[in-house]
Amino acid sequence: MNPAAGAVRAGWSRGLIELRQSFTDAGDLLGRLFWPVVLLVALFFLRDSAFASSGLALGTLALPSVLGMNVALAMVSMSQLLTADREDGTLLRAKATPNGMVGYLVGKIVVVSGGLVADLAIVVVPALFFVPGLSLGGPGGWVTIGWVLVLGLVAALPLGAVLGSVFTSPRSQGLITLPLLGLIAVSGIFYPIAALPGWVQWLGQAFPFYWLGLGMRSALLPGGAVAVEVGESWRHWETVGVLGVWAVAGLVVAPVVLRRMARRESGSSVASRRERALRRAG
Amino acid sequence: MSQEVVLDVGDLRMRYGTSDILHDVTFQARHGEVVALLGPNGAGKTTTIEILEGFRMRSAGRVSVLGVDPARADERWRARVGVVLQSWRDHGKWRVRELLAHLGSFYAAYSTERIRRPWDADELVAAVGLTGQAGQKIRMLSGGQRRRLDVAIGIVGRPELLFLDEPTAAFDPQARHEFHELVRGLAGDGATTVLLTTHDLDEAEKLADRIVVMDRGRIIADGSVRELARRIAGEDEVRWMRDGRAFTCSTAESTAFVRGLFAEYGEAIAELEVRRASLEQTYLALVRQAESVDEGVGR
Repeated sequence: MNPAAGAVRAGWSRGLIELRQSFTDAGDLLGRLFWPVVLLVALFFLRDSAFASSGLALGTLALPSVLGMNVALAMVSMSQLLTADREDGTLLRAKATPNGMVGYLVGKIVVVSGGLVADLAIVVVPALFFVPGLSLGGPGGWVTIGWVLVLGLVAALPLGAVLGSVFTSPRSQGLITLPLLGLIAVSGIFYPIAALPGWVQWLGQAFPFYWLGLGMRSALLPGGAVAVEVGESWRHWETVGVLGVWAVAGLVVAPVVLRRMARRESGSSVASRRERALRRAG
Repeated sequence: MSQEVVLDVGDLRMRYGTSDILHDVTFQARHGEVVALLGPNGAGKTTTIEILEGFRMRSAGRVSVLGVDPARADERWRARVGVVLQSWRDHGKWRVRELLAHLGSFYAAYSTERIRRPWDADELVAAVGLTGQAGQKIRMLSGGQRRRLDVAIGIVGRPELLFLDEPTAAFDPQARHEFHELVRGLAGDGATTVLLTTHDLDEAEKLADRIVVMDRGRIIADGSVRELARRIAGEDEVRWMRDGRAFTCSTAESTAFVRGLFAEYGEAIAELEVRRASLEQTYLALVRQAESVDEGVGR
């Protein structure tokens, strides 16, 4: 068997094993359910407040946007997993194994993507029961969800890998949370972007969050909902363009950064990080 | 034992900023040998072993591991080398057998006629004495069990060369004894060369065919336990009883001394005991010697 193909297969099964762990480990499961439940509660309270003259409830607008946001947040999951694995020596273990880094990365992609699909289902299925006015069912909608999801992941995962390589400890990971929350606020997730000032609109539209939300809205909302969007259009080509640029940038930069980060991993670097972590705890 | 050189290090230097961590480190290991890198903390043992493992770039010098420069080694080389580092705490949510089977699967592509890779997970679990824990989550293992798992992972690909960095640091005597049996078994069939670092003299003496003593980035001695002891004169200790009194004498020539003793007193000698120079004495003498030389240079 070709070693690289074997490593990809091993990585695939690695991903499935870790995915299973994340649903059977009590702590992980709690972490997995926390945000979806918060979102569902928020959507529940937003279900009746109508947005301007569109005739749509804010909750109806927000649900697909939140799904898009979750796709973009796969970036954060990827980044956090990478940092944690670096700190406990998992990454070094991969480095000590022939083709282990290939297997490791394939495993992470499977874990994060699979986890994301599960997260989306956890939000969507209950929401369908109380969020009014969604148009779910047409084959066109599912196709759109599919390509937005895939393109979103291709954009988000390499970026997450870059962030995870740059930030060396879970503590410094916290530094990216605040800017991300700010970005989400201006990305039309919880409130349509067209209602915001012009420069804020530009900022929001430079990042993947807005476009993933837009893509999901185009798939899940009735046609009339387009009226509240910028230019009263779903702008699929622009969505592909912006997400595509982020994906290409990430795919170009990530291997360089990952390789550099992996080269620096050694037993003593893991040991010194461990000592730092213990000192903080003590 | 064949004479093939598996590990060849020459004039290895490591420099951080302006301070040298390693100075002209030179040593070799032959196929099937167990070599111990022995030295106090900060001697450069871990740095040396990390360079040989391919985890760290050297500043200068020549390094050949299984005929390949680890700084430029590929995955095929990686498959022939086993690594056990000082502290692992990865894969805490995985189960013991599950992880061994998973990591083993990466080696299947590198199986050869002569060396079947990987080691079967169940056999390996049994070989390191973890059969009872095979289905347990790794974070639930005790320190000694965890360490045995680390060794199992290090040898799952049936390495031709195994690196062990302070392998028994947190072991109780029982676990240590079992671990020594395991390493001796690996080296015994001649397939695996072992390089281990330790500051435990007893361990080095029990396991190693050859001991390389390091101190502050230099190799200060290299040889078998006997050779090292012989190099330091006057270390054997002879004890005996005569006329109800105990005598003790230190001598380099213990055999000749005892012969003389019997020639003089014959039957009067009782409870004769000859203690070979212990590695501990040799080691302490070596380190003292190296330090006094250094101070001489410094002056």
